[in-house]
Amino acid sequence: MMASFIFYFFEAVVALSAISLIFIRNVFYGALLLIICLLGLAGIFVLAFAEFIAVTQILVYAGGILVVILFGIMLTTKISGKPLVVEHDNKFSGALAGFSFFALLIYSLSKESFVVEPSQMNQGNFSNLQVMGIGLMSDFVLPFEIAGVLLLIALIGASVVASSVKSKSS
Amino acid sequence: MFPTEHFLYLGALLFSTGLIVIIIKKNMIMVLLGIELMLNASNLNLVAFNLLHPGTVEGHMFALFVIIVAVCEAAVGLAIIIQVYRYYQTSVPDEVSELNG
Repeated sequence: MMASFIFYFFEAVVALSAISLIFIRNVFYGALLLIICLLGLAGIFVLAFAEFIAVTQILVYAGGILVVILFGIMLTTKISGKPLVVEHDNKFSGALAGFSFFALLIYSLSKESFVVEPSQMNQGNFSNLQVMGIGLMSDFVLPFEIAGVLLLIALIGASVVASSVKSKSS
Repeated sequence: MFPTEHFLYLGALLFSTGLIVIIIKKNMIMVLLGIELMLNASNLNLVAFNLLHPGTVEGHMFALFVIIVAVCEAAVGLAIIIQVYRYYQTSVPDEVSELNG
């Protein structure tokens, strides 16, 4: 009962912060709302027995990406004292695309029933973390290494792109 | 144990919200926030479908690699946004139209 209350509380937090991200006009508040949304998603991941993903989510998103995004907001704001306010454009087409896609997804999801197959029900007690650790070093070692190389490439590329000073057009 | 449908409904809501944010916002950083929202919706779906197969961790692995790729995308994207801002003095994607035919 308590777990179900916590689950729907996190779902409500995630849904409300995501929906209010549509209507917010201040970029800084938008980034803060995204932090709330991602932390709520981490809570949902814990309740879905994905503890490692939840901790990674908190470390990487709340600790890494959001700090980078906040720095980006500060670096792209004209120093004038007033907050950065975003205009909205294409309101009708955006709402049409979003709502129709949402309706399509909900319709197709409601026609399916997702249940755990009884043959896979009892797997004994095993640790997700242990299986993931062994899997990263055996079955998934190639994507693991490629992910490391990709992170290195992205790090070097981002610092090279951001550091070179070009001549201004005006 | 929570019903898997509720995870999937939340994922659908997050994805459509990210789509709306990408379309209607006139700021590049807001567009980036919408992309992060869509990537997290896909992560939520991967974790939810892994609930249907207890004893395996393939869904978690995919979610982990999606997070890694999202980190790279955010870093490179913000570097490009900062360079575009330095060059054009704007962060509105519609005003960067030098390549328009």
